[in-house]
Amino acid sequence: MTDRDQPEGFPVHPAPGGRVPDIETGGAVPVDFVQDRPPEAPPRSQWVDVWRQFRSHKGAVAGAAFFIFIVLAVMLGPLIWTIDPTYIDIRARNTGPSLAHPFGADQLGRDMLARMMAGGRTSVAVGMTAMLLALSLGTLIGVLAGFFRSLDGPLMRLTDLFLALPLLPLLLVMVMLFRQTLATNFGPETGIFILIVVAIGLTSWMPTARIVRGDVLAIKEREFVLAARSIGTTNSRLIGRHILPNVLSPIMVSATLGIANAIITESALSFLGLGFPPDFPTWGRLLYDATDYLQQYPERVFWPGLAISLTVLSVNYIGDGLRDALDPRIRGR
Amino acid sequence: MLTYTLRRLVLAVPTLIAISFIIFLLLDLAPGDPTAQLPLTIPPEVRQQIRESLGLGEPVHVRYLLWLKQFFLTEPRFALEAITGWDVAPEGASRVISWQTRAPVMDLVIQRLPQTLWVVGLAYVLGVIIALPIGVISAYRQYSAFDQVGTFVSMIGFSVPPFFTGVLAIVIFSVQLGWLPSIYDTTHRVFDWDSFLYQLQQMIMPVMVLALQTTAQISRFMRASMLDNLNQDYVRTARAKGLGERDVVLTHVLRNSMIPVVTVIALGVPGIFGGAIITEQVFKVNGIGQLLITAIQANDVPLVQTLTFIFAVLIVLFNLIADVLYGLLDPRIRYD
Amino acid sequence: MRLRTVLYGAAATALASAAFAQTDGERGRDGQLNIIYWQAPSTLNPYLSGGTKEVESASLVIEPLARYDENGEMVPWLAEAIPSVDDGTVAEDLTSITWTLKEGLEWSDGTPVTAEDAVFTWEYCTHPEGGCAQASYFDGVASVEAVDDRTIRVNFNAPKPFPYTAFVGSESPILQKAQFQDCLGTRAPECTEANFGPIGTGPFVVDEFRPNDVILLSANENFREEGKPAFASITFKGGGDAAAAARAVLETGEFDYAWNLQLDPSILADMEAQGIGEVIAAFGTSVERLHLNQTNADPSLPPEERSVYIPVEEGNFQSGNQNPHPIFTDPAVGRALSKAIDRQLLVDIGYGAGGQATCNLLPAPELYASTANDDCLVQDIEEAKRILDEAGWTDTNGNGIRDKDGVELSVTYQTSTNAVRQDTQALVKQWWDELGVETELRNVDASVFFGGDPSSPDTFQKFYADIEMYTNNFAGVDPEAYMANWRCNAMPRPDTAWQGENIQRFCDAEYDKLVDEMAQTAELERRGELAKQMNDMIVQSYSIIPLIHRGSPSAKANTLAGVRMNDWDSELWNIKDWHRAE
Repeated sequence: MTDRDQPEGFPVHPAPGGRVPDIETGGAVPVDFVQDRPPEAPPRSQWVDVWRQFRSHKGAVAGAAFFIFIVLAVMLGPLIWTIDPTYIDIRARNTGPSLAHPFGADQLGRDMLARMMAGGRTSVAVGMTAMLLALSLGTLIGVLAGFFRSLDGPLMRLTDLFLALPLLPLLLVMVMLFRQTLATNFGPETGIFILIVVAIGLTSWMPTARIVRGDVLAIKEREFVLAARSIGTTNSRLIGRHILPNVLSPIMVSATLGIANAIITESALSFLGLGFPPDFPTWGRLLYDATDYLQQYPERVFWPGLAISLTVLSVNYIGDGLRDALDPRIRGR
Repeated sequence: MLTYTLRRLVLAVPTLIAISFIIFLLLDLAPGDPTAQLPLTIPPEVRQQIRESLGLGEPVHVRYLLWLKQFFLTEPRFALEAITGWDVAPEGASRVISWQTRAPVMDLVIQRLPQTLWVVGLAYVLGVIIALPIGVISAYRQYSAFDQVGTFVSMIGFSVPPFFTGVLAIVIFSVQLGWLPSIYDTTHRVFDWDSFLYQLQQMIMPVMVLALQTTAQISRFMRASMLDNLNQDYVRTARAKGLGERDVVLTHVLRNSMIPVVTVIALGVPGIFGGAIITEQVFKVNGIGQLLITAIQANDVPLVQTLTFIFAVLIVLFNLIADVLYGLLDPRIRYD
Repeated sequence: MRLRTVLYGAAATALASAAFAQTDGERGRDGQLNIIYWQAPSTLNPYLSGGTKEVESASLVIEPLARYDENGEMVPWLAEAIPSVDDGTVAEDLTSITWTLKEGLEWSDGTPVTAEDAVFTWEYCTHPEGGCAQASYFDGVASVEAVDDRTIRVNFNAPKPFPYTAFVGSESPILQKAQFQDCLGTRAPECTEANFGPIGTGPFVVDEFRPNDVILLSANENFREEGKPAFASITFKGGGDAAAAARAVLETGEFDYAWNLQLDPSILADMEAQGIGEVIAAFGTSVERLHLNQTNADPSLPPEERSVYIPVEEGNFQSGNQNPHPIFTDPAVGRALSKAIDRQLLVDIGYGAGGQATCNLLPAPELYASTANDDCLVQDIEEAKRILDEAGWTDTNGNGIRDKDGVELSVTYQTSTNAVRQDTQALVKQWWDELGVETELRNVDASVFFGGDPSSPDTFQKFYADIEMYTNNFAGVDPEAYMANWRCNAMPRPDTAWQGENIQRFCDAEYDKLVDEMAQTAELERRGELAKQMNDMIVQSYSIIPLIHRGSPSAKANTLAGVRMNDWDSELWNIKDWHRAE
């Protein structure tokens, strides 16, 4: 035994839990049927185990707590702090933190706290959705290319093509072709949201695909895959049960980097006039706008910079915890 | 492996031609116009004449074939003449001409390469060299103080974009302390120790800003991949055989962990040539990244097309190199 | 060692030598000059690229017959004097103008400048296949002749009331025939060496040109004026952004002069407070304005109708528009929108020294500037509300937005992407909100907005919005061609491939008559009256709402003297007189 085996699907070590899938039939069978261990431990679901392990990972718990805090703050915050983020109070312009404006006010006198919350809503939503899109697309293409030799060539050439396409003209074309259609079908804001998410997702899945494919190429030659294959495991099961869990770590890293990337790319798009309307704050945009004021009002770059970093950091820790929790060799130790 | 490499190389030609055509169509479709940056005082009739003089009146396939001919037939002969001094350049044949500067595109690329390689290339090499040990140590001592600090710094480093870190560095080191120049001098030549020192001074900030990003990214992948392998049974076996810890980690684990890292590194190498658009802009390095972005803004199609195509060649090449390296790192990987 | 110390050291040495040199002395006595243009020049041939950055960098090297000084007055440059009807150098019937070159003029390579060079320049720019960016300077020119070595006669097709176009101003300098004679028409791009290093008569010669990056220049040893230029060499760096350029002059002192610093005035003021340099500005004719679409821009209209002026009688624009804008054909709305804007605040927040509130489309030169509209300078939201009430725009359905006959006062407001413009948009939106006007903001990447690509929906010519904002101006001092922009037939529309300067689709038969009259009037005073009348017509139609008379803010180091900031010509027009201050 040299390789990472999975808790389920490998006949020698059935999972200590509820369902043990049957390799031959591909279906679930009653627990007792193949139980080859005295049932002294109460049956537990695998996910309970995962959750336990996740909970014991301090970083992951802190990360998850912070992430939930951010999400709540940007979703519910505006209900408590009711200043309109686009309201201009010209007398308050360029003021530092005060009771009326705890985070200060920007060059037009708009409340920074309200803008941070409004911006966070967009940035977190765009960041998460675009990252998930890129990740699923990348993983799908990576796995297919790595696993099926006949798909490898075409899919990887497609990846090469997407890597080579110049981002800016591509986005300009997408905006030109689809903005009006999306805006009429989904309303201006949702339309632009879809456009941005798809644009970022479509242009950032390639590294994930390359990385996943590389790992899959190596893993599919390993003994446990060969063993599973030799007993007739179907391809989809082989991928789902044996291959995917083993490429989870690079995917988690890609997720963390992807969310940061999506938030920054969104700000670049809005800045170029390809994204949200100009009066629509986002964290990346706030950071960009504040950079000019770095010397005069350093606190203005501090908040958006901190928010982006901490969000990315929290996603990173959640990813770390998830990876550990899903790794059977760490779990239960 | 050799046949595989050869087959891929042969296949690369139609792939690249297809890619070049798609890029050409994309650029043609993109809204924008080469006269966009001219002042509004220039009347529409004059603009129309300018467009025609640039060959924009021709249909798209004619322009594409012309570019193909210029790039694959004319340019190599000019390059050969420039290198060897032989008189092989075709008389009167037109080269790929940039619309903004009305000068041959390849001359611009060659002019920009030194500063891009110096700054972006060095930053990449430095970033990789720093990232690998950080990744290895962070994984080996998972959740140690070193790992925690490394995670924190690399995540902050990756999530704060260069448009901010670059300006921050300039404000601190150029404005406040006055130690380093804020504007990169591309005409600076290194011929003695002092000029070398100046070159170092002007390179430090952009290199650091870029290396921070590379380090953050690669160290994360290195760490994750090492973690996957450190718990494998073969590691236990190796230790049981009595191999030294250094041997176990640096020979067995590291080698098996390199596949995703090699992928990421190979993906980044073409990016060196592509330059670093924002960082170059912030520090006025004026390398290939700045050339590309100004060309895109000015809708300089021949220049954008040529740059992206060279970029595509590098991508195809380095992805091939990565694929070959997989086979070397893990001989079980077979392609045929 | 600290770089700043080194730089100060170098400056001190330069100062020490300047102290003896005064304002006149040996050529090249003040050593090195560093200029930064954050948009880098891509060629030094202004006939191939009409961008400001190219024109201004080229003005260090090649020169016209006459220039405009900082007051917009013509000064002879390569010519001995400004021709006029009085001494017969401008023909009585206004069909020709005769220039005489200064005596003993030499190109930087030592060969004499002759009238043939001017004739060649005209041929070069008017070659049908050349795509000359400055071709409009030779509009109406029938021929250019060399009467003798020093005498150039420009003949016009028809009487030209303002004949000072060809070879006047930094946009139409004289090229050396010997250098460019093989570069006509389609061969123009092949002459890379000439385009990147034109031989000129100017104070500097090009040592090295790196497109979109940097230009190295040194003093022209054959320059016609003794002891000039004071600087021996120039590094003309490009790239970066406005903030970085300002920092390099005002904070680190690495550079002596920076161009076009459109930055938040508070940032500039803080940088200036360092005491190393100062911000200077000059005003030409640039006006940031709102265009109010006079045609219907409803997105549901088909492309042949959206934002298209459809004449009632086919082919006759003056017969009226079948496709009017549902709101802006009522000038009361435009008046109210204009009255609700605090222009001075826009200046304070976005423009600082680089802007002045204005109510005119044509703010300068003085001769042409109207004073009839100045009441717009004071913001009065109550008055604006009253105007709307009076015109029947009231909130009948209680949704907070005024309406009339079922049309809501809800507008889209677009402009190009630019930090100052987005701030302006936000402020204006808020004022209009107070009036009960709903505003949707949009910004478009400048390369698309100004790109004029007929297939893009986002160009300023297509005007697929109700209101758009940008700056326009005219080169030189004569507004005739500029005011002709608003003739009926200059409207962008599908059958002109959306080309045309009458962006807001303004059409008035009376206006067209004034345009025709101006084209036949030579008397300066009457021309002034006509221009004012046209300006007032457009402004009072509220199809254009002028906001800010924009200057070009630049920064110069305190050690740099002799700079006479100019917006009528190249900012570097008098660089021969620049020198180090004591």
